[in-house]
Amino acid sequence: MVEKDEENKVRPPERQYPDPTARLRAEPPKTGHSWDGIEEYDNPMPRWWLWTFYITIAWAVIYMILYPAWPMVTRATQGILGYDTRSAVAADIQRFDQANQVWFDRLNETELVEIRDDAELQRFAVNAGGAAFRAHCSQCHGAGAAGVQASGFPSLLDDQWLWGGTIEEIHETIRYGIRNEDYPDARWSEMPAYGRDGLLDDDEIDQVVHYVLQLSGQEHDADLAAPGEEIYLDNCAACHGDGGEGDPFVGAPALNNQIWLYGGSYEAIRHSVYYSRFGVMPGFADRLRDAEIRAVAAYVHQLGGGQ
Amino acid sequence: MWDFAKLFLLAAIAILAAVIANFARDPAHLVHMIIIMVVAAGLFLWQIRRVGEPATVHNEAEYMDDVIRAGVIATAFWGVVGFLVGVWIAFQLAYPQLNFDWAQGYLNFGRLRPLHTSAVIFAFGGNALIATAFYVVQRTSAARLWGGNLAWFVFWGYQLFIVLAALGYVLGSTQSQEYAEPEWLADLWLTIVWVAFLAVFMGTIIKRREPHIYVANWFYLAFIVTVAMLHVVNNIQVPVSIFGSKSVPVWSGVQSAMIQWWYGHNAVGFFLTAGFLGMMYYFIPKQAERPVYSYKLSIIHFWALIFLYIWAGPHHLHYTALPNWAQTLGMTFSIMLWMPSWGGMINGLMTLSGAWDKLRTDPVIRMMVVAVGFYGMATFEGPVMSIRAVNSLSHYTDWTIGHVHSGALGWNGMITFGALYYLVPRLWKREGLYSLTLVSWHFWLATIGIVLYAASMWVTGIMEGLMWRQVDAQGFLVNSFADTVAAKHPMYVVRALGGTLFLIGGIIMCYNLWKTVTSVGEKQPERATVAAE
Repeated sequence: MVEKDEENKVRPPERQYPDPTARLRAEPPKTGHSWDGIEEYDNPMPRWWLWTFYITIAWAVIYMILYPAWPMVTRATQGILGYDTRSAVAADIQRFDQANQVWFDRLNETELVEIRDDAELQRFAVNAGGAAFRAHCSQCHGAGAAGVQASGFPSLLDDQWLWGGTIEEIHETIRYGIRNEDYPDARWSEMPAYGRDGLLDDDEIDQVVHYVLQLSGQEHDADLAAPGEEIYLDNCAACHGDGGEGDPFVGAPALNNQIWLYGGSYEAIRHSVYYSRFGVMPGFADRLRDAEIRAVAAYVHQLGGGQ
Repeated sequence: MWDFAKLFLLAAIAILAAVIANFARDPAHLVHMIIIMVVAAGLFLWQIRRVGEPATVHNEAEYMDDVIRAGVIATAFWGVVGFLVGVWIAFQLAYPQLNFDWAQGYLNFGRLRPLHTSAVIFAFGGNALIATAFYVVQRTSAARLWGGNLAWFVFWGYQLFIVLAALGYVLGSTQSQEYAEPEWLADLWLTIVWVAFLAVFMGTIIKRREPHIYVANWFYLAFIVTVAMLHVVNNIQVPVSIFGSKSVPVWSGVQSAMIQWWYGHNAVGFFLTAGFLGMMYYFIPKQAERPVYSYKLSIIHFWALIFLYIWAGPHHLHYTALPNWAQTLGMTFSIMLWMPSWGGMINGLMTLSGAWDKLRTDPVIRMMVVAVGFYGMATFEGPVMSIRAVNSLSHYTDWTIGHVHSGALGWNGMITFGALYYLVPRLWKREGLYSLTLVSWHFWLATIGIVLYAASMWVTGIMEGLMWRQVDAQGFLVNSFADTVAAKHPMYVVRALGGTLFLIGGIIMCYNLWKTVTSVGEKQPERATVAAE
C-alpha cells in the first residue's frame, strides 16, 4: 500500500539542470603546444573586450567624420562640424575683446591721472593690468611685484622709484622700457665704471664706498668715509644728489636709505662703483595694446608706492 | 687572417679616435673620442694576446647564459643609478637650491633630466629587454643564441652607448629631442649595436627547434624591428663636423615635431609596451606555472597593438602647429588602442586564474600582478589623456609626468623586478631566492612609492592645469606662472619621497639578489629543452 501511495503521488517531472559551475571548472581546450613548459589555452576572446574594441572603432569612425581627419590631395577632409582649434580660440578671444571693448575705449579716452577718480574704470584697469602684469612683468618683478632682492629687479611695492612714480612716468617706462635699443624713447643713462675705466684708484673707491655706507646709515669706517665725501661730491653727487637723495630724471637711485637695487653690502656697493651697473627693461609699446599698457600703469601705480 | 683584420681595425679606430680627440671642438666630443680610443686600444691589446689561441667552442647543447648574467647585473646596476638620479632631480624641483652653483653646466636639473630618463628607459629598461629577450628566445626556441660572441658584442656595445650618451648629456651634447637626446656619434653606434641585436635574435628564431614561434618572441621581435626604424628615421641628421658632436637634423619645423613624437610615442609603444609584454608573456606563465589564458586573444591583441600604436604619436601635439587632421588621427587611434593594450593585461591576469592563491604566498607573482595592473591603468589613462578636450587640461602639466611614471615605475619597473627575481636563482643555479621577506619589503616600498608619486602628480597636474587656464569673467588671466609653481611645492616633496621609497626598494632588491648569488646553495644544472613534438 505504501508503495502504491508513493506511485500515485504527483511528482514534478525529472529534469536535468545544467550545473552552472561546470563551465568554470572544466579545463578549457589547449592549443596543443608547449614552449619550455608553457602551454596556451584556446579560450575565446572575452566578449566584453571584443565589443568594447568594436565600440571604440565605431566611435573613432564617427569622430573622423565629424572632425578634420584624413589627408587628401590638396587638403584634408574638414569634418562636417567644421571645427578647428585655431578658429575656436580666436572666437573665444574675440568674444572677450568685444565684451571689453567699451572699457578699453574708456581707458584710452581718460587721462591717466583721472583713471582713479572713476571707481568703475579703476577697478577694470587694475584687473586688466594685473593680468597683463602676471603674463609679461612677473618674470622679473615677481608675481607679487616685490622684485628680486639685490638682483637688479626693483620692487614696485615701495615708494622708491628709479624713473619716477607718477602714473605718467610709470606709463612712459612701461611703453618704452629702460636702456634698450628697441625704442629711441627708452629711458637712458649710464653710470661710469670708476674702477674698470681707471677714473678712481682703488683707495679712492674704498673711501667713497665707505662714504656711501655712511650716507645710508650703515656701519662704516669714519676715517675712510671723511675723504670719501669729497670724492662723492666730485663724482657722484651730480646724479645721486649731494645728500644721496637720487634723481629720477636720470634713473639714479637714492643712496640715503636701506633700499638697494643690487645690494647694500660693502662688496655690492664696491662692485657697483668699480664696474657700474646697466639694468635694462624691454619696452611694451609694440607688444601690448595702448589700453593694456595704460591698465598696467594703473595697476602698478596703485600697488603701494604710486606718487 | 680574421684575427689580423680585427687587430688592424681596432688599431685604426684607436688612432683615428686619438686624432679626432686632439682636434675636438667641444668637451663632450673630446671625452667621447678618448673613451673610444681607450676601448679600441684595450680591445687591441686583449686581441693581440689571444692571437693563435683556438677559437672559443660554443656548445650548441647548452644555452648561452653568461651574457644574460651580465645583462641581469647591468639591469640592476643601471636601475639603481636611474632611480637615484630621478630622486635627486625630484628634490631639485622641490628645492631649487640643490642646483648648486659649483655644479652649474654639469649637474643642474637641465643636464640631469635626460640623464635620468635615458638611464631608466634605455639603460635599465634596455638592458632588461636585451637580457630577457636572450633568455626567453633560447628557452622558447630550444636553441642556443645565434652568432656566437655576437651576443657579447651586443651587451658591451650597448653599455658603451649608455656611457657615451650619459657623459654627453652631462657635458652638454644633446640634440634636444626628448628620449632621443644623444648626438650623431652615439646614434650611429647604437644603430650598429641594434642591428647586431636583431641578427642574434632573428638568427636564434630561424634556427629554433620548436615548430611555432612563441608569443613572447613576436613581441620582442616587433620591439626590436620597430625601434630600429624609429631610431634611424628620427635621427637622420648631418654632423657639422667629424671633430664636433653637433649635428643638424634633416627634419625641421612641424615635420620635425611630428617625427619626434612619432618616435617618442612609439618608444613608449614598442620599447616600453611591446618589449615588456614579451617579458610578461614568458615570466608570468612560468612563475604562475599556468598555461597562457587565450591564444586567440594574444594573436588579435598583438596585431591590433602593432597596427594601431604607430598612428598615435600626434596626440602629443594637440593644440600646436600640427594640422587638426593629424591631431584627430592621433587621438582616434589612441582611443582604438585601449582594448588592444588591455588584451595583454587580460592575458596576464587571467593566466593566474586557478592560481590566485599564489598571490598570498609568492611575493614575486604579486609583483608581476601589480605590474600588469599598473599597465592596465596606464593604458587606460593614456587614451583618456589623448582626447583633445582632456589634453587641453593635462598637456604640459605634471599629470603627464605622473602618467609616464605609473607606467614606468609600475609596469616596466615591477615586471622587470619580477623577471630579475625569477632569473637570478636560475641563472646562477641556486635553489631559490635568499629572502622572500625582502622581496615583500621591496614590493610594498615600491608600490607605496608609486602610489605617492602618481597621486601627487595627479593632484598637482590637474591643479596647475586649472590654474593656467583660469580666467575671470572678463577673460583676464588670474594666476601668474610663478603662482602655479609655488602652489605645487608640497606635491613635489611628496613625489620626491615616493621616488625615495621606490629607490630604497631597488637597493633592497640588489642586496637580495647579491645574497642569492653568494650565499644560497647550488642547484643541479638545467638541460636544454627538447623540442616539443
